[in-house]
Amino acid sequence: MNSFASRFIASSAENEIRQAKAMAEEEGLTDAMWGSDAGFGSLVTGHAFNVPAVPDPSAFLRLHTDDHADPNCKIKIQHGTTTLAFRYKGGVIVAVDSRATAGSYIASGTVKKVIEINPYLLGTMAGGAADCQYWETYLGIQCRLHELRNKERISVSAASKYLSNLVYSYKGMGLSMGTMICGWDKTGPAVFYVDSDGTRLKGDLFSVGSGSTFAYGVLDQGYSWDMSDEEAQELGRRSIYAAGHRDAFSGNTINLYHVQEDGWKFIGNYDVTKMHYEGPGPDVPGAPVGGYGYDVRTHGRFSVLPTAVPA
Amino acid sequence: MPNMSAIVHPQQRHFNPYAENGGTILAIAGADFTVIAGDTRQSEGYSIQTRYAPKVFRLTDRAVLAVNGFAADGNMFVKKVKQRLEWYKHAHAKDMPLRAIARLIQTMLYAQRFFPYYVYNILGGIEEDGSGAVYSFDPVGSYEREACRAAGAAQSLVQPFLDNQIYFKNQTAAPGRSHPSHLPLPDVLSIVVDSFTSATERHIEVGDGLEIYIVLAKGRSLQGVEGLHGLRELSTQEDGERVFVLQRDLKKD
Repeated sequence: MNSFASRFIASSAENEIRQAKAMAEEEGLTDAMWGSDAGFGSLVTGHAFNVPAVPDPSAFLRLHTDDHADPNCKIKIQHGTTTLAFRYKGGVIVAVDSRATAGSYIASGTVKKVIEINPYLLGTMAGGAADCQYWETYLGIQCRLHELRNKERISVSAASKYLSNLVYSYKGMGLSMGTMICGWDKTGPAVFYVDSDGTRLKGDLFSVGSGSTFAYGVLDQGYSWDMSDEEAQELGRRSIYAAGHRDAFSGNTINLYHVQEDGWKFIGNYDVTKMHYEGPGPDVPGAPVGGYGYDVRTHGRFSVLPTAVPA
Repeated sequence: MPNMSAIVHPQQRHFNPYAENGGTILAIAGADFTVIAGDTRQSEGYSIQTRYAPKVFRLTDRAVLAVNGFAADGNMFVKKVKQRLEWYKHAHAKDMPLRAIARLIQTMLYAQRFFPYYVYNILGGIEEDGSGAVYSFDPVGSYEREACRAAGAAQSLVQPFLDNQIYFKNQTAAPGRSHPSHLPLPDVLSIVVDSFTSATERHIEVGDGLEIYIVLAKGRSLQGVEGLHGLRELSTQEDGERVFVLQRDLKKD
């Protein structure tokens, strides 16, 4: 809500809202509690977060949740990820792993790190799983409202800016997210990197997370604008495989999405171990037969060959 | 000589509202049923506070919630979820569907993003399409639908066993055969009991008692629950989804 503009509106509806707001605050009750607006807060009262009554709430939060600073802290927020997205002539490829770790324990191997905001927009998840899931769902609500108000789909640029402005308003409070907002709008395929520091970057190619360096290695080497759809999908898959193979905090499975003019499409889920030994299948151009693992390429030619025992 | 003890030294104070109360919870979804279980020991450090503190709660005839972590937060959270479900029922004249309860729990947990409930939640029950479902949550509300999940003190003991027995991880099917996608209820119940007896053997915070909730899809026969010793029905209707609870003893040392 634009509070500056709303000061100059004196419609009766506005008055009614103001009255409702005053009443809700008085009674400590909100419409949200009646379960009709998904708990995202009503338009009247907006968001209400409970904050501990201490001098420095974010220091309190850090003390109890930051397992980087203190591995013994009680509340573990999921970390460790590899996500990537790139733009090319055929659209946007989005590929992610599916591992969630709490310390050295693999909390889940089936995490959905691609968040389907709406049929044209995808967001990726790195950092706090709840932060990404919650705020990207919230972004989906705002994108739908934009459609209803303007009779037109929101641009990827506007959607990503909505998110970056939102997380910037919580700066220093301890949100943790590194996300790529991907989609197709009037300008064509688009990828924006948004993180909880407030950074927002437009670009062709991004990778985020602990395994991003490994993914970048493969991605930069194989990237070109004029790739075919099959080649682009294979590059996304192969890059996440590389991260899953070399980064202990990434792995399990790969989720692959392709965004085209008519919206996003889920391409598939691929087991990293299966990719190592068998590869994605026989009808994938450019994929090596016998898997991505280098054993198949060095077999019988390794410098340390098993030596025959002399008789 | 000045009185040194009168000099005020800087002091650091900590606001630590959290404790860890041990215990373990677990849920497994079948094709047309869900089993949600938890032990009943509550401890702090090395002392046992009580041998019967329930961690699994019936929310509706088709939803059961298991909470683990800090018991005070857990009990307050369950209380608030139940209150919201009652309000929903008064407003809409029906019980909230399971997937909506899952989203409600996400937003309720995330509302405490800056002062979290120290609670790991597992929600089990029957979806509107009649399938068994398990949703697992982290303390600030990220969630996912799964076929099975263990949480709490013995998570790292129980989850690998479940991966092997439910998902058939690292098992190869006999030639020309495949692994079943869902197990029958009697098999699931014995896996649950074995999980907890084994966790009790190897984890000091697990034991005393076991409560197993069973939710059956609408119209499902009682096959698999009939004749179970000490079975209690908790459902309000006979023609909808049905909830049962089973109690078993675990070792108390």
